[in-house]
Amino acid sequence: MDKVLEVNNLSKIYGKGCFSCFELTGPEYDTNICPQCGSVIAAHDVSFDLYKGEILGIMGESGSGKSTAVKCLYFDQEPSSGNATFFDEGEKYDLFELNAAQQRRLVNQRFGMVYQNPHLGLNFDISSGGNIAERLLMSEVKNYSDIRLRATNLLTRTEVLTERMDELPKNFSGGMQQRVQIAKALATNPPLLFLDEVTTGLDLSVQAAILDLILEIQQEQQTSMIVVTHDLGVIRLLAGRTLVMKYGRVIESGLTDQILEDPQHAYTQRLVASAL
Amino acid sequence: MGASNHFGFLDEYAKKEIRRTALKAVAIPGYQVPYSSREMPMGRGFGTGGLQLTLSLLGKGETLKVIDQGSDDSVNAVNLRSFIEMTCSGVNTTISTTEADVIQSRHRIPEKDLREDQLLVLQVPYPDPLIVVEASENKRKTLHGEADYSRLLVKLYEDIVKFDEITISHRYPTRINDHYVIDPSPIPRWDVPKLDQSPALVLLGAGREKKIYAVPPYTKAEPLAFEDVPFRVEDFTDKDGQRRRCQRCDCTTSFLDEFIDSKSGEKIYQCSDTDWCNEQSTNSSVMSDKEITADNIEIVEMANG
Repeated sequence: MDKVLEVNNLSKIYGKGCFSCFELTGPEYDTNICPQCGSVIAAHDVSFDLYKGEILGIMGESGSGKSTAVKCLYFDQEPSSGNATFFDEGEKYDLFELNAAQQRRLVNQRFGMVYQNPHLGLNFDISSGGNIAERLLMSEVKNYSDIRLRATNLLTRTEVLTERMDELPKNFSGGMQQRVQIAKALATNPPLLFLDEVTTGLDLSVQAAILDLILEIQQEQQTSMIVVTHDLGVIRLLAGRTLVMKYGRVIESGLTDQILEDPQHAYTQRLVASAL
Repeated sequence: MGASNHFGFLDEYAKKEIRRTALKAVAIPGYQVPYSSREMPMGRGFGTGGLQLTLSLLGKGETLKVIDQGSDDSVNAVNLRSFIEMTCSGVNTTISTTEADVIQSRHRIPEKDLREDQLLVLQVPYPDPLIVVEASENKRKTLHGEADYSRLLVKLYEDIVKFDEITISHRYPTRINDHYVIDPSPIPRWDVPKLDQSPALVLLGAGREKKIYAVPPYTKAEPLAFEDVPFRVEDFTDKDGQRRRCQRCDCTTSFLDEFIDSKSGEKIYQCSDTDWCNEQSTNSSVMSDKEITADNIEIVEMANG
């Protein structure tokens, strides 16, 4: 299997940090705030591999560092330490060593991101079609009819009525906005997609439809995905492998079925027991 | 000697700084070089950026032309010209494009092709084309640095979706030397192609925004557009498919202004560039009664001189 992403010892600290930060925080201490210096250890020592066409779930409660880890990989935030390697078309990219222009190229062309809040992923001042055009224009597509055709195809694929593609996203329902956001993320056929709480806040039938869509895309295009969620249902449906995070640390990782059927860590046991 | 009767109004240090800024602007085509725009005895937004460039670059014995919307005798042009005459002794002024060494202009580039030994100074109200899509200057600088103009292209895309064509009438974003996109000042689209490979140096000065940038001679200037929806200039064809002509000089190749005839109430068209129009009228044998006579032009010149 082709490896797409390799993350080693990724850490993110908010604050100045001190020598005892990592020793005095974590699930054993029930905190991610360092008692010595007050820094927040948002994520520490996160390591995982991601293979082509695989969906990796990152599960955990609010503030456990799951979104932080993904934001570092998407360059929304700068990690404090660690490294990540992205394998793409025979090239290796050491993500945190790239300069801003190289990072921007990857974000624009090779990565896709779908946020929980469509306001973060979409520009609400321009039409849905324009949002997709923006991503295509960033990746140097300079032909109007090509852009138009591609936007129509993507919106058809994500089941947004193409008659409404020239409307502003604010006229759409939450589920529709999320579909437009997915279409935008997919515009450049990225090999790696980040999904941050994509179904949170949507009603159940819409959730199911969006999750179906994500699975179909994964199967059609062999897109690798990292799904961040606190919803066990989403993890169960999408993810082949799962990391469970608490207080910035990965406390358990493995096959999703194994984790849900036979959780080892006390926190995971409680989580699974409370949800099922 | 007080500052006010110093040659060129500005003190030598100010002029030197502006010249240095202009050199940097020429060295990095299209890059907006910040400078310390001086207080001028007129409001910012009245062409102080262009004026400071002109004052710093003019020398004794040189000839200056000042135009506003193509005309030498509209208010802005007249005032700037008389200020320069007052503060730069030994500088000649003209209304002829051919005779001018330095041309300061607002909203137009002269119709007549400029030469290598001429210099065009444009007054700029808003130097940054990205301001319409990004409010933060810091972020705009990054976008310029990385030559990321996709959001401007999205603006064009939205225009085509809504109106089937690009509706930017003036200040058309133009890419210089394949990198920086500039706001070419509020010139009509008609004038944008004149920037491309122009033999004359074009300097653009924004007084309020404190920026100077340049289109150096023989440099590529390419208006932003899509491959299949190309940039086009204003169309002066009437409903019968005829190119409208200037009612004074019969010219069919110039940028036309539209007027309403106060007597007949009809639309009439006339060259926006008055010097061009006069030259065409003198050249052509057809002289109409609406023509400004040679005597009149002299009077205008005398009034300005």
